This record gives sequence, C-alpha cells and structure tokens, in this order.
Amino acid sequence: MREDWGQALARVPELLAAHVQLSFSALLLAMVLCLPLAIWAARSPKIAAVALAAASLIQTIPGLALLALFYPLLLGVSALVGGGISAFGFLPALLALTLYALLPILRNAVTGLTGVDPAVAEAADGLGMTSWQKLRHVEAPLAAPTIMAGIRTAAVWTIGAATLSTTVGQPSLGDLIFAGLQTQNWTLVLAGCLVSAALAITVDFSLGLIERGIRERRRLWGWAGTVILAAGLAIATLPLLIARDNIVVIGAKSFSEQFILARLIGARLEDAGYAVRYRDGLGSAVVYQALAEGDIDVYVDYSGTIWTNQMRRTDSQPKAAMLDTIAEWTKASHGVTMIGALGFENSYAFAVRPQDARQKSLKTLDDLARVSSDFNFGTDVEFLERPEWRMVQDAYPIRFKDARAFSPTFMYPALASGEVDVISAFSSDGRIAANNFVVLEDSKGAVPSYEAILLLAPKRSGDDKFVAALKPLTGAITVANMREANYMVDRKDDKKTPKQAALWLDGKVKERP
Amino acid sequence: MPVSGPSLSLHQLSRHYGALRAVDSVSLEIAAGSLVALVGLSGSGKSTLLKMINRLVEPTSGTIRIGDEAVDSIDPHVLRRRIGYVFQNIGLFPHMTIARNIAIGLELAGEKEGRNARVAELLDLVELPQDMATRMPDQLSGGQQQRVGVARALATRPGLMLMDEPFGALDPVTRDNLTGQYKALHERLGLTTIIVTHDMAEALYLADRILVMEGGRIRADATPAELLSGDVGAEAEALVAIPRAQAAHLIALGKQA
Repeated sequence: MREDWGQALARVPELLAAHVQLSFSALLLAMVLCLPLAIWAARSPKIAAVALAAASLIQTIPGLALLALFYPLLLGVSALVGGGISAFGFLPALLALTLYALLPILRNAVTGLTGVDPAVAEAADGLGMTSWQKLRHVEAPLAAPTIMAGIRTAAVWTIGAATLSTTVGQPSLGDLIFAGLQTQNWTLVLAGCLVSAALAITVDFSLGLIERGIRERRRLWGWAGTVILAAGLAIATLPLLIARDNIVVIGAKSFSEQFILARLIGARLEDAGYAVRYRDGLGSAVVYQALAEGDIDVYVDYSGTIWTNQMRRTDSQPKAAMLDTIAEWTKASHGVTMIGALGFENSYAFAVRPQDARQKSLKTLDDLARVSSDFNFGTDVEFLERPEWRMVQDAYPIRFKDARAFSPTFMYPALASGEVDVISAFSSDGRIAANNFVVLEDSKGAVPSYEAILLLAPKRSGDDKFVAALKPLTGAITVANMREANYMVDRKDDKKTPKQAALWLDGKVKERP
Repeated sequence: MPVSGPSLSLHQLSRHYGALRAVDSVSLEIAAGSLVALVGLSGSGKSTLLKMINRLVEPTSGTIRIGDEAVDSIDPHVLRRRIGYVFQNIGLFPHMTIARNIAIGLELAGEKEGRNARVAELLDLVELPQDMATRMPDQLSGGQQQRVGVARALATRPGLMLMDEPFGALDPVTRDNLTGQYKALHERLGLTTIIVTHDMAEALYLADRILVMEGGRIRADATPAELLSGDVGAEAEALVAIPRAQAAHLIALGKQA
C-alpha cells in the first residue's frame, strides 16, 4: 500500500508543474481576451449579447469533445500554413481550456461593469471624467470584486478540466487518473484526484483572499493572496525549468499493454544512456500524428490500425506482405521508420463465455452469426465506428440484439457477469485466458492482422544507438508472455505496476537464446 | 465680492424624446451671479433643461452659450470640469475616502500641488469637521454626504453651479440648514447658480429669480416678490398657493396661541 502511494506520488511533481503551467496560461490568456471584450460589451448591449451567447455556447460542449475538436482543427491550420503548428500537447489543450474559461470571466466582468450604481456613473460624468478615466477611477475598481469572483470560478473550472488534456498528449494530473482507471490502480486515480482537488482549493482560497482584499479594501488580504499564488506558481513550475534537452518521449495509447511496452522500451533506452519520459493515454488518432511530427520519439502500434486508420485500406493482405507495405508507406509518407514487429498480435477477437461456446457449439464467427440475434454485444468505445467492424459485417451476417460500449476495464467483467454475451476483446489481453473465455475463429480472414510494430520518429531515424537499443525487442515477445504481463497489471489481486510487468517481460526477452 | 460666475444664454432650446417634447423651444438669458430656481412638477422638463447646460443631455435643437462660448464647441469632459454639478442622489464614489472624493476634480485636472490644503478649506466651507477627510462615504449621514457632494463640485472653483434637487432627499432640518448655507456660499463666491426644485417654498427662500416650467416650456419668470404678489399666471399661482396657504395657517395658529 505504502509502495503504491510512493509510486503514485513520485510522478506528481512533474505532472503538477505541467498542470499548473497549462491552467495558468489558459487563465491568463482568457483574461487577456475577456477583459477588453467585457469593457466593449459593457458599453454596447449588442456586443454583450453576442459575446455572452458565444461563450455560453462553448460551455455547452463537453470538455473532452472540445479538446478533441482542436486536434483536427490545428492539423488543418497547420496544413494551411505549410506545417510547423503542433496539433499535439500544449497548444490544443491551451486553446480548449482558454475557451472554457471565457464564460465566467466575461459574464462577471460585464455584470460588474454594467452594475455600477447609476448615481455614481452620473457623478463621474458630471465631474468631467473621460471614458477612460471613468473606467480607471470608478467602473474598474467598483467591478473588481465581481470580476475577481469570475476569475476565481474560471480558475477552479480550468484546473479541473485540465485533467482531460492528457487525451491530447499534454501532461497533466489527468495522466494519473487515466492510467489508474485503465489499470484499475485506484491509488493512482485517487492521487490524481486529490492533488488536482488540493490545487483547485489552494488557488480558490488565494484568489478568494484577493477578492476579499479588493471588496473590503484591505490591501493586506490582497497581497497575502498574491504572495501565496506567486510562491505556489514558482514552486509548482520549478521542475519545468530543469533542462530537458534530448529527453526521449515514449508514447503509449490508453491501455495496459501499451503502458507496459512503453516502460520496456524506456528501460532499454535508459540502459543505453538516454533520459526518457512517458506520454501515456494518447488517442489512437493522435499518437501516430504525434510521432510523425516528432512530439514523441517512439511507440508501439499495430499493423491493422495503421492499415485501416492511416492508410485507409479496406482489403486484407497476408501478414508478411502487409508489414512490408506498411513499412514502405510510413517511410515514404511521413519519414516514420518501422524498426520491426515485436512478435505477437493484438487483434480484435470475438470472445464468448465457455458455457455458451459449449452449449451452442460456437467455434467460428459463422457460428456467432447464427445466434447473433439473441446476443448482446459489448465493445470498447471505438469498435463500432471502426472499419474492422464493417469488414466483419461484410463477411459474416451478424446482427446483434443490442450493442453497448465499455472502457476495456469494464468490458471483461460485463461478459463474465452475463451483462453482455460476446465482446470484441483484444487477443493479447490476459483477461481472456484468466476468465477461460473462448475466442471465435475468423475463418474467412475478414479482420486484418494486428502485429505489434515498433515505430520511430523521423528525427530519430539516423540515431543508430537508439535503434540498436530497441532492435533486440523485435520478434522477441510471444503472445503468451504479453498476455501474462498484461494480466499482472489488469488483475484484481497482487496487481503489478506497468513498470514491474515491463521488467518481468524484459527478463523473458533476455531468456531467449 | 466681485462676481466671478458667467452669464448664460439659451436660444430656442429643445429636447424631444420621440413625440414627447421634454423641453420645447426655450429661450432664456441668465445674468452673471444670479441664483435662479427652476420650479415645476415632475416631468415638466426642468432636469432635462439643466442637464443640457453641461451636456449630460444633448439638445435636439437650439444653442446654449456660457459667457460668449457655445457649449457644443467644447469637449463635454472639458466643459463639465468648469461647471459644478450636484444632484439628489449625490453619487459619492464608495471606494474613495471623503478627501479623495472632494479632490477628484483636481486629480482629473492633474493638479498635484496643495490638494490637501484645498480639501481642508472645502471641508470648512461646507461646515464639515476635518476628521471626515479619512472616512469612507458609507460612514456619513445623508446630509453630511451631500455637503461632501457640494464640496466636490466646488473643488475646481467653477463659476457656474448646476444643482438638480440637491437637498430633496434630506430631512427638513438638515435641508433648511444646507439651503441657507448654500445661499451664503453662492454670494460669498460670486457664483452663478441654477437650482432645480419642485419645492416652491425652497425656491422662494433661496433664489433671486424663479422660472416656473410646465410641459417643457417656461410659464412664469419672476422674482420671489412678484410671484407672491400674484399676477404671473395660473401655473405659478398653483405652486405658490401651497406655501402661502401653509404660511397663513401658521400665522393663524400663532394668533390663537
């Protein structure tokens, strides 16, 4: 238990620094945008109506969706201006969070500025204040507490929403939460939640002090709040100042196998003298692009994913030919090097409970099609939208009674408990064997193969030491070993961290002749 | 004391709000140093007329001259700094001390020298104790706040004072006090003052010329003595009748006692 917390907390300083840097930048940018806009809006009801309606509309978009939308948007912009804009990491997160922070700041600033007592405003005019003097001497100081309250609300929202920026590759405290959810490591989830809550409470308290200081005209309160914030900001962002030139960034998608393989790669690279960092929890769509742009240096993908998502192929080829085609394509179109296949496959596999397989004699997908109208289908969140599902439907007359999407963590228990009758499992997942689930054979070869392949960013392609450190991993990981390693992390009892599982797997690799 | 306040000239001044003629073609000459009361019922246009002088309201047509300068030839904020403005709701700045409230006009004009001395002088002038300087507006009574309002308006030594129901919200004793004290100030400083009020008794006591407004027009223009002697029109008579009747009643009561 204590060891769990130690491991969770070890990652906190770096993630907290990134979290603070991101939230602070977004808040600052939102303030820079909102305050002039609010002044304009306070003088023109039309502008106020338009600006507030726009800000409210943005607020109705779920945070996760807003972040996800910026990814294709920035890719498009980058393509328009001839590249150079990163659609990955800090920028999309900053823009989405800034948009999110607009509404409370804008609404409070407009309310504060237009809420000045008419008698006071008349006195200001009667004394001969110019529009600017009236703003500076009267409206701004009187609206300041209300504006500050808006900034406070925005700060708390931003700190909370920043945890979602993990999904676009920006490090944040959300890394702990997402990784913890994935591996059912509740200590990690709790650590992420507690630290981000503590951060939000501290910032809220300090801004509250400043707000009270302004409202009650007590300079001391205001200064106390400012000092706490400034000190916190300095301490929290300190880790960022430490130089990180030539640090290798290893990418991983959002499931255990990816976390483990990333640590395995990391361990090999550290042995070779590289400093490494991990970017976990990247979306399938984001991660390849991030590699091509050089935002990450190396990661493991699957041949079928590149085949269908990146190359937009809908045909099937034999494994070996497919790998060659992919290697040529990634090199030619993005300069991405395929170091090689790791030796195991992680394809979509339809799995059923053993008693169903026995009683209804289910062996192949054709058998599944026969009973599909009585079966409830459980999938991960993306499968129903993926081309593989269409390929399966084209090849087999499958029509399920109902389909439900789960995070992989909950998909296996759902099958075991009978909530669903068949799932789109991952063939290297340790929980298939652990539950004695039966994988149905794709006898027509409808689904392309999903060989795990090691991909290298263009900027590392000339780094022989780097390639040499990873080359021994190709062809060295059996599906049995991968399942075992995955199960160590995914199981409920005697859980291992991805790093521990990676060390075990590394031992297995080294045992090979 | 020589007269320092300017004369005023209004020529065919109108202000329309849609079909409503709040002020309807008013022409008027006001002599330098006079204390003119604009009297009328609510909605008679007296406040609108007053606010056109310092351009808080822009006229629909017509011209206003202060001395021989047309007000629309001067930037509004420059014009307003030369005119003292006091109104019923006072409008002290709640986030500033009394001293800063009083000195704000000097601050706007960029005068740094002798601000404190001027604040002390003005506190004396409006008969407030010096220790008020460091207080905040919400720590003062209504009457004290309006004294500050008057001091603030006088800070930049304007020659013309515009007062819109300045003492309307105060209790009778405070009001009477302030009215008398302001009259003395007006004379001592040689100001030109235009004061809007709906209280004829106040106008009769304070002003040396009374203008009665109704429906956006000036229905009577007379000295207090002329007004009391009658013969100045029905509108004026209706307004004068009230204090006259009250006075008669009080005299009758006195005799009985």
